[in-house]
Amino acid sequence: MSLQDIVIKEQPNAQKEGRPSRPSLASRRRQERVAGRTLFIITLLPVILIVLITAALAMRFWPILKEYSLWELVSGTVWKPMQGKFGFWPFIAGTFWVTIVGVGLAVPPCLLTALYLSEYARAATRALMKPLLDLLAAIPSVVYGVWGVVAIVPFVGDTLAPWCKKTLGFIPLFTSKNPTGYSILAGGIVLAVMIAPFIIAVTYEVLATVSQGLREASLAVGATRWQTIRAIVIRQTMPGIVAGVVLGATRALGETMAVLMVVGNVPQVPKSIFDTAYPLPALIANNYGEMMSIPLYDAALLGAAFMLLVIVLVFNVVSTLVLQRMLGRRWV
Amino acid sequence: MEAHIQVRNLNAFYGKTQSLKDINIEIPRRQITVIMGPSGCGKTTLLKTFNRFLELVDDTKITGEVLVDGRNIYDRDVDVTEVRKCIGLLAQRPYPLPMSIYENVAYGMHIHRMKNSRDEYRKAVRHYLEVTGLYEEVKHRLMTPATSLSIGQQQRLCLARGLAVEPEIILGDEPTSALDPISSQHIERLLLDLKQDYTIVVVTHTLRQAKRLADYVIYMYMGEVLESGPAREVFNNPRHERTRAYLEGQI
Ligand SMILES: Nc1ncnc2c1ncn2[C@@H]1O[C@H](COP(=O)(O)OP(=O)(O)O)[C@@H](O)[C@H]1O
Ligand SMILES: [Mg+2]
Repeated sequence: MSLQDIVIKEQPNAQKEGRPSRPSLASRRRQERVAGRTLFIITLLPVILIVLITAALAMRFWPILKEYSLWELVSGTVWKPMQGKFGFWPFIAGTFWVTIVGVGLAVPPCLLTALYLSEYARAATRALMKPLLDLLAAIPSVVYGVWGVVAIVPFVGDTLAPWCKKTLGFIPLFTSKNPTGYSILAGGIVLAVMIAPFIIAVTYEVLATVSQGLREASLAVGATRWQTIRAIVIRQTMPGIVAGVVLGATRALGETMAVLMVVGNVPQVPKSIFDTAYPLPALIANNYGEMMSIPLYDAALLGAAFMLLVIVLVFNVVSTLVLQRMLGRRWV
Repeated sequence: MEAHIQVRNLNAFYGKTQSLKDINIEIPRRQITVIMGPSGCGKTTLLKTFNRFLELVDDTKITGEVLVDGRNIYDRDVDVTEVRKCIGLLAQRPYPLPMSIYENVAYGMHIHRMKNSRDEYRKAVRHYLEVTGLYEEVKHRLMTPATSLSIGQQQRLCLARGLAVEPEIILGDEPTSALDPISSQHIERLLLDLKQDYTIVVVTHTLRQAKRLADYVIYMYMGEVLESGPAREVFNNPRHERTRAYLEGQI
């Protein structure tokens, strides 16, 4: 239909049915322009917010940077605010330990689940599993925390730790003097369960981008499904899978409540997965707002928030860009 | 005529809808059999029963037999990968695998460990690229991604990839429908050459192509085979009213 058709058809109609006459073309155009700009600004709001928050944190972080160099803060291992010692290393190390253990535990089963759902399961199974996974993602963080304290911490303390000490004790990674179960491993297990639905969902989406025709091209020469998965499906989607895992890792990095409840929160540099840890989010959540009269304490805690934010932002932006390229417009 | 494939009382279902109804046909060895019929009549489905691709679709069911050299490919103890190795497929549009031109041709041979040395693989890849007329065009860039080829070249590459696992039968599901006229002609010529050594079954949507290729014709309508026989007989003297209508361009 051409523009002329519209003009000719619409106007007599409007008159016939006695509708109020339309606003003039100029005013409609003005409306269009205003609406477009408003929506643009609202869409931009999150970006503005992130920039503002980062800037505000950097500003509050600034005072402590006048006293200590960034390197001193990041590599310092002693955290004694009363004595003016602000070493962030135990918290940074704790953050990465818990995240790496959590992601490490989550990735293999998640990958296999996503592969099963996309390559082997019937449509009916998929339709059943999807809502269940979404449900897992909807459970509040604090509930996972309680589950961790009630089930995982005792399991780690009473069963896993002694067993590992006996069988794998010669490896430093698996020994510990910590008799409680409050540990990196407990945090990692809870995290793994929490980010699993997310990693499965993203990986599944990525696997679904492989066209059926490509799979059939491989099957047609007599490849098995598993050979097809390895040689074609995974090969084709590797960047997306990695990006999905990294995106999952950023969730783990920032996850506060559930981890805080099970890792023990002792500011030390961990040496074993059975040691306690004190990740950055827990540090901030536990301490901000208390004892704020200590000099530079505020700057130190907001500095921790700044570092966390920067780490998460960098991981997030990179992995989102990769995923966006792979999934096209389907990814929001 | 010696039958290479015999189809006996074959029925196929998607869920509860029946898409193939009591098919009984014989497909002659080392000839080109063309399957024709209006869109949605079950041509693709029939082709998919020959290399057991139908079972890749959820909720499909098959009854009856497809005998290749007298052996039912749906027997319980038949290895489906062997069936597919023996029966190659040229799809409606080319799907080069996400790897180099060389690796595309070597892919199936590697999977079945068909050769003993790197050198043998290289020779075989070259051979099948020559058979499909690609070698001169790509010999300087064997290691570049297969997706860098033109669509027509990609389809010939897919043919080479299929031939490399030494099948006896080649299936084609409208293999030229995505190609330009020159590339289509190229594929048609290849198929005509290949029938010396292979049994070929092609679905085609154009009557003219059918006339150029066919030694033997199967005409389908609404999930049934209305007519099958040597090309000349079917084209010159169709027995069924609907076949006649189709041939005269009324459908
Ligand atoms: N995946 C499927 N699920 C359900 N029905 C299908 C599916 N594929 C094909 N059909 C049905 O089977 C019939 C035959 O389809 P097809 O073999 O693709 O026809 P053709 O290749 O001759 O155009 C059609 O009625 C079609 O709707
Ligand atoms: Mg079809």
